[in-house]
Amino acid sequence: MVSFIVTFLLSFVAYLFLTASQGEILGLWSNYEIIAALIISLIVAAMASRVLFQKKSYHLLNPLRWVIFLGYLVGPFFFAMAKANIDVAYRVITGKINPGIVKISPNLKNDAAITLLANSITLTPGTLSVDIDEKNNDLYIHWINVTNLKPTIEDICGSFPIWARRIAE
Amino acid sequence: MTVLLVILLSIGIFFNGLGSIGLMRFPDVYTRLHAATKCTTFGSIFTSLSVIVFGFYLWGASGDSKYGVLALHTIVALICIIITNPTGAHAIARAAHRSGVMPKQAVIDELKEANLK
Repeated sequence: MVSFIVTFLLSFVAYLFLTASQGEILGLWSNYEIIAALIISLIVAAMASRVLFQKKSYHLLNPLRWVIFLGYLVGPFFFAMAKANIDVAYRVITGKINPGIVKISPNLKNDAAITLLANSITLTPGTLSVDIDEKNNDLYIHWINVTNLKPTIEDICGSFPIWARRIAE
Repeated sequence: MTVLLVILLSIGIFFNGLGSIGLMRFPDVYTRLHAATKCTTFGSIFTSLSVIVFGFYLWGASGDSKYGVLALHTIVALICIIITNPTGAHAIARAAHRSGVMPKQAVIDELKEANLK
Protein backbone atom coordinates (compact mmCIF):
# COMPACT_ATOMS: atom_id res chain seq x y z
CA MET A 1 0.00 0.00 0.00
CA VAL A 2 2.83 2.39 0.84
CA SER A 3 4.52 1.61 -2.46
CA PHE A 4 1.25 2.27 -4.33
CA ILE A 5 0.82 5.71 -2.74
CA VAL A 6 4.45 6.70 -3.30
CA THR A 7 4.42 5.62 -6.96
CA PHE A 8 1.15 7.48 -7.44
CA LEU A 9 2.53 10.70 -5.95
CA LEU A 10 5.79 10.47 -7.91
CA SER A 11 4.08 9.97 -11.26
CA PHE A 12 1.53 12.68 -10.43
CA VAL A 13 4.27 15.21 -9.73
CA ALA A 14 6.24 14.14 -12.81
CA TYR A 15 3.15 14.53 -15.01
CA LEU A 16 2.43 17.98 -13.59
CA PHE A 17 6.04 19.06 -14.12
CA LEU A 18 6.00 18.00 -17.74
CA THR A 19 2.59 19.40 -18.67
CA ALA A 20 2.77 22.78 -16.97
CA SER A 21 1.43 25.53 -19.24
CA GLN A 22 -1.48 27.92 -18.73
CA GLY A 23 -4.64 27.49 -16.69
CA GLU A 24 -6.61 28.25 -13.54
CA ILE A 25 -4.52 26.48 -10.91
CA LEU A 26 -1.49 28.60 -9.93
CA GLY A 27 -1.55 29.89 -13.49
CA LEU A 28 0.11 26.67 -14.66
CA TRP A 29 -2.47 23.88 -14.98
CA SER A 30 -6.06 23.69 -16.13
CA ASN A 31 -8.65 21.61 -14.25
CA TYR A 32 -8.76 19.01 -17.03
CA GLU A 33 -5.01 18.59 -16.78
CA ILE A 34 -5.31 17.75 -13.07
CA ILE A 35 -8.04 15.18 -13.74
CA ALA A 36 -5.98 13.58 -16.52
CA ALA A 37 -2.95 13.53 -14.20
CA LEU A 38 -4.96 11.78 -11.47
CA ILE A 39 -6.27 9.10 -13.83
CA ILE A 40 -2.92 8.44 -15.52
CA SER A 41 -1.01 8.29 -12.23
CA LEU A 42 -3.56 5.84 -10.81
CA ILE A 43 -3.00 3.56 -13.81
CA VAL A 44 0.79 3.90 -13.56
CA ALA A 45 0.74 3.23 -9.82
CA ALA A 46 -1.39 0.12 -10.26
CA MET A 47 1.01 -1.21 -12.89
CA ALA A 48 4.39 -0.18 -11.50
CA SER A 49 4.09 -0.10 -7.70
CA ARG A 50 5.87 -3.44 -7.41
CA VAL A 51 8.86 -2.22 -9.47
CA LEU A 52 9.86 0.72 -7.31
CA PHE A 53 10.15 -1.12 -3.97
CA GLN A 54 11.43 -4.55 -4.86
CA LYS A 55 13.02 -5.16 -1.49
CA LYS A 56 10.16 -3.83 0.65
CA SER A 57 12.40 -1.43 2.54
CA TYR A 58 10.78 1.93 3.16
CA HIS A 59 13.38 3.73 5.26
CA LEU A 60 14.28 6.02 2.31
CA LEU A 61 10.82 7.63 2.62
CA ASN A 62 11.81 9.40 5.82
CA PRO A 63 11.71 13.18 5.02
CA LEU A 64 14.63 13.80 7.39
CA ARG A 65 16.82 11.76 5.04
CA TRP A 66 15.74 13.95 2.10
CA VAL A 67 16.72 17.08 4.04
CA ILE A 68 20.13 15.57 4.80
CA PHE A 69 20.45 14.59 1.13
CA LEU A 70 19.73 18.14 -0.05
CA GLY A 71 22.20 19.50 2.48
CA TYR A 72 24.77 17.02 1.20
CA LEU A 73 24.13 18.04 -2.43
CA VAL A 74 24.57 21.78 -1.98
CA GLY A 75 27.29 21.53 0.69
CA PRO A 76 30.16 19.00 0.62
CA PHE A 77 29.15 17.44 -2.71
CA PHE A 78 29.06 20.64 -4.71
CA PHE A 79 32.32 21.83 -3.14
CA ALA A 80 34.07 18.54 -3.98
CA MET A 81 32.68 18.69 -7.50
CA ALA A 82 34.05 22.19 -8.09
CA LYS A 83 37.44 21.00 -6.78
CA ALA A 84 37.26 17.98 -9.11
CA ASN A 85 36.70 20.18 -12.13
CA ILE A 86 39.60 22.48 -11.36
CA ASP A 87 41.74 19.36 -10.85
CA VAL A 88 40.70 17.85 -14.19
CA ALA A 89 41.18 21.22 -15.89
CA TYR A 90 44.74 21.29 -14.55
CA ARG A 91 45.41 17.79 -15.86
CA VAL A 92 43.86 18.53 -19.25
CA ILE A 93 46.13 21.53 -19.69
CA THR A 94 49.38 20.03 -18.35
CA GLY A 95 48.84 16.38 -19.31
CA LYS A 96 50.32 15.16 -15.99
CA ILE A 97 48.66 11.85 -15.10
CA ASN A 98 49.62 8.84 -13.00
CA PRO A 99 46.62 6.51 -13.25
CA GLY A 100 45.79 3.19 -11.64
CA ILE A 101 42.90 1.11 -10.32
CA VAL A 102 42.70 0.76 -6.55
CA LYS A 103 40.32 -0.97 -4.16
CA ILE A 104 38.45 0.47 -1.19
CA SER A 105 36.13 -1.23 1.30
CA PRO A 106 33.55 1.31 2.46
CA ASN A 107 31.59 -1.35 4.40
CA LEU A 108 28.17 -0.14 3.23
CA LYS A 109 25.38 -2.67 3.29
CA ASN A 110 22.47 -1.68 1.10
CA ASP A 111 22.21 -0.94 -2.60
CA ALA A 112 20.98 2.65 -2.31
CA ALA A 113 23.97 3.66 -0.18
CA ILE A 114 26.46 1.98 -2.53
CA THR A 115 24.86 3.62 -5.58
CA LEU A 116 24.98 7.03 -3.94
CA LEU A 117 28.63 6.55 -2.97
CA ALA A 118 29.69 5.25 -6.40
CA ASN A 119 28.00 8.14 -8.20
CA SER A 120 29.51 10.66 -5.79
CA ILE A 121 32.96 9.14 -6.33
CA THR A 122 32.60 9.40 -10.10
CA LEU A 123 31.75 13.09 -9.92
CA THR A 124 34.52 14.08 -7.49
CA PRO A 125 38.29 14.66 -7.56
CA GLY A 126 40.26 12.40 -9.88
CA THR A 127 38.29 9.21 -9.23
CA LEU A 128 35.92 7.05 -11.32
CA SER A 129 34.23 3.92 -9.99
CA VAL A 130 34.86 1.02 -12.39
CA ASP A 131 33.53 -2.14 -10.80
CA ILE A 132 32.06 -3.58 -7.62
CA ASP A 133 32.64 -6.85 -5.82
CA GLU A 134 29.07 -7.79 -5.01
CA LYS A 135 29.98 -10.24 -2.27
CA ASN A 136 31.42 -7.75 0.19
CA ASN A 137 30.67 -4.42 -1.58
CA ASP A 138 34.27 -3.46 -2.31
CA LEU A 139 34.55 -0.72 -4.91
CA TYR A 140 37.26 -0.70 -7.58
CA ILE A 141 38.17 2.84 -8.45
CA HIS A 142 40.17 4.32 -11.31
CA TRP A 143 42.31 7.03 -9.76
CA ILE A 144 43.93 9.53 -12.12
CA ASN A 145 46.78 10.48 -9.79
CA VAL A 146 47.86 7.55 -7.59
CA THR A 147 49.78 8.81 -4.59
CA ASN A 148 49.39 5.77 -2.36
CA LEU A 149 49.17 2.17 -3.54
CA LYS A 150 47.08 1.05 -0.53
CA PRO A 151 44.79 4.07 -0.11
CA THR A 152 42.57 4.67 2.86
CA ILE A 153 38.95 5.67 2.30
CA GLU A 154 39.78 9.28 3.23
CA ASP A 155 42.35 9.47 0.40
CA ILE A 156 39.74 8.59 -2.22
CA CYS A 157 36.47 10.11 -1.17
CA GLY A 158 36.85 12.04 2.10
CA SER A 159 33.70 12.00 4.20
CA PHE A 160 31.33 10.57 1.53
CA PRO A 161 30.83 7.11 3.11
CA ILE A 162 29.71 8.78 6.34
CA TRP A 163 27.17 10.84 4.42
CA ALA A 164 26.02 7.85 2.38
CA ARG A 165 25.48 5.91 5.60
CA ARG A 166 23.60 8.83 7.15
CA ILE A 167 21.32 9.23 4.11
CA ALA A 168 20.61 5.72 2.92
CA GLU A 169 21.27 3.23 5.67
CA MET B 1 20.80 40.41 -14.93
CA THR B 2 22.56 40.02 -18.26
CA VAL B 3 25.91 40.04 -16.43
CA LEU B 4 24.84 37.15 -14.18
CA LEU B 5 23.59 35.14 -17.16
CA VAL B 6 26.78 35.74 -19.12
CA ILE B 7 28.91 34.69 -16.13
CA LEU B 8 26.93 31.45 -15.66
CA LEU B 9 27.02 30.66 -19.37
CA SER B 10 30.73 31.31 -19.73
CA ILE B 11 31.60 29.10 -16.73
CA GLY B 12 29.49 26.35 -18.26
CA ILE B 13 30.96 26.70 -21.75
CA PHE B 14 34.50 26.86 -20.33
CA PHE B 15 34.12 23.53 -18.52
CA ASN B 16 32.29 21.86 -21.40
CA GLY B 17 35.10 22.97 -23.72
CA LEU B 18 37.72 21.63 -21.31
CA GLY B 19 35.88 18.32 -21.29
CA SER B 20 36.09 18.14 -25.08
CA ILE B 21 39.81 19.02 -25.09
CA GLY B 22 40.43 16.38 -22.41
CA LEU B 23 38.65 13.83 -24.57
CA MET B 24 41.27 14.50 -27.25
CA ARG B 25 44.35 14.74 -25.04
CA PHE B 26 44.09 11.84 -22.59
CA PRO B 27 45.63 8.47 -23.58
CA ASP B 28 43.01 5.81 -22.80
CA VAL B 29 39.31 5.21 -22.18
CA TYR B 30 39.37 5.63 -18.39
CA THR B 31 41.16 8.96 -18.28
CA ARG B 32 38.97 10.18 -21.13
CA LEU B 33 35.90 9.27 -19.09
CA HIS B 34 37.25 11.46 -16.28
CA ALA B 35 37.22 14.45 -18.61
CA ALA B 36 33.94 13.51 -20.25
CA THR B 37 31.89 12.97 -17.08
CA LYS B 38 33.14 15.53 -14.59
CA CYS B 39 33.57 18.48 -16.92
CA THR B 40 30.40 18.01 -18.92
CA THR B 41 28.25 17.49 -15.81
CA PHE B 42 29.64 20.59 -14.13
CA GLY B 43 29.41 22.63 -17.32
CA SER B 44 25.86 21.51 -18.01
CA ILE B 45 24.82 22.41 -14.45
CA PHE B 46 25.93 25.97 -15.09
CA THR B 47 24.40 26.33 -18.56
CA SER B 48 21.11 24.88 -17.22
CA LEU B 49 21.27 27.20 -14.21
CA SER B 50 21.49 30.18 -16.52
CA VAL B 51 18.38 28.98 -18.38
CA ILE B 52 16.55 28.45 -15.07
CA VAL B 53 17.47 31.92 -13.78
CA PHE B 54 16.47 33.45 -17.13
CA GLY B 55 13.15 31.60 -17.14
CA PHE B 56 12.17 32.54 -13.58
CA TYR B 57 13.27 36.14 -14.12
CA LEU B 58 11.14 36.57 -17.25
CA TRP B 59 8.25 34.76 -15.53
CA GLY B 60 8.39 37.26 -12.68
CA ALA B 61 8.86 40.24 -14.99
CA SER B 62 6.24 39.48 -17.65
CA GLY B 63 3.86 37.12 -15.82
CA ASP B 64 3.74 34.89 -18.89
CA SER B 65 3.80 31.31 -17.62
CA LYS B 66 5.59 29.91 -20.68
CA TYR B 67 8.88 31.18 -19.22
CA GLY B 68 8.16 29.41 -15.93
CA VAL B 69 7.50 26.23 -17.91
CA LEU B 70 10.89 26.64 -19.58
CA ALA B 71 12.56 26.81 -16.16
CA LEU B 72 10.62 23.81 -14.79
CA HIS B 73 11.54 21.64 -17.77
CA THR B 74 15.19 22.61 -17.47
CA ILE B 75 15.13 21.55 -13.80
CA VAL B 76 13.83 18.12 -14.87
CA ALA B 77 16.58 17.86 -17.52
CA LEU B 78 19.22 18.88 -14.96
CA ILE B 79 18.14 16.18 -12.48
CA CYS B 80 18.28 13.59 -15.27
CA ILE B 81 21.78 14.70 -16.31
CA ILE B 82 23.11 14.51 -12.74
CA ILE B 83 21.74 10.99 -12.25
CA THR B 84 22.54 9.46 -15.64
CA ASN B 85 25.99 10.91 -16.34
CA PRO B 86 27.98 9.10 -13.60
CA THR B 87 25.88 5.96 -14.10
CA GLY B 88 26.70 5.89 -17.80
CA ALA B 89 30.39 6.49 -17.13
CA HIS B 90 30.39 3.64 -14.63
CA ALA B 91 28.77 1.31 -17.18
CA ILE B 92 31.28 2.24 -19.91
CA ALA B 93 34.28 1.80 -17.58
CA ARG B 94 33.02 -1.57 -16.33
CA ALA B 95 32.31 -2.83 -19.84
CA ALA B 96 35.72 -1.66 -21.06
CA HIS B 97 37.55 -3.44 -18.26
CA ARG B 98 35.57 -6.64 -18.65
CA SER B 99 36.25 -6.73 -22.39
CA GLY B 100 39.98 -6.51 -21.77
CA VAL B 101 40.91 -2.84 -22.26
CA MET B 102 43.64 -2.19 -19.71
CA PRO B 103 44.44 1.31 -18.42
CA LYS B 104 47.56 2.76 -20.07
CA GLN B 105 50.50 3.96 -17.94
CA ALA B 106 48.85 2.36 -14.93
CA VAL B 107 50.98 2.02 -11.79
CA ILE B 108 48.54 -0.43 -10.17
CA ASP B 109 45.55 -2.49 -11.32
CA GLU B 110 43.89 -4.29 -8.42
CA LEU B 111 40.80 -5.12 -10.45
CA LYS B 112 42.87 -7.28 -12.81
CA GLU B 113 44.38 -9.09 -9.83
CA ALA B 114 40.98 -9.61 -8.21
CA ASN B 115 39.72 -11.25 -11.43
CA LEU B 116 35.98 -10.77 -10.87
CA LYS B 117 33.48 -12.62 -12.97
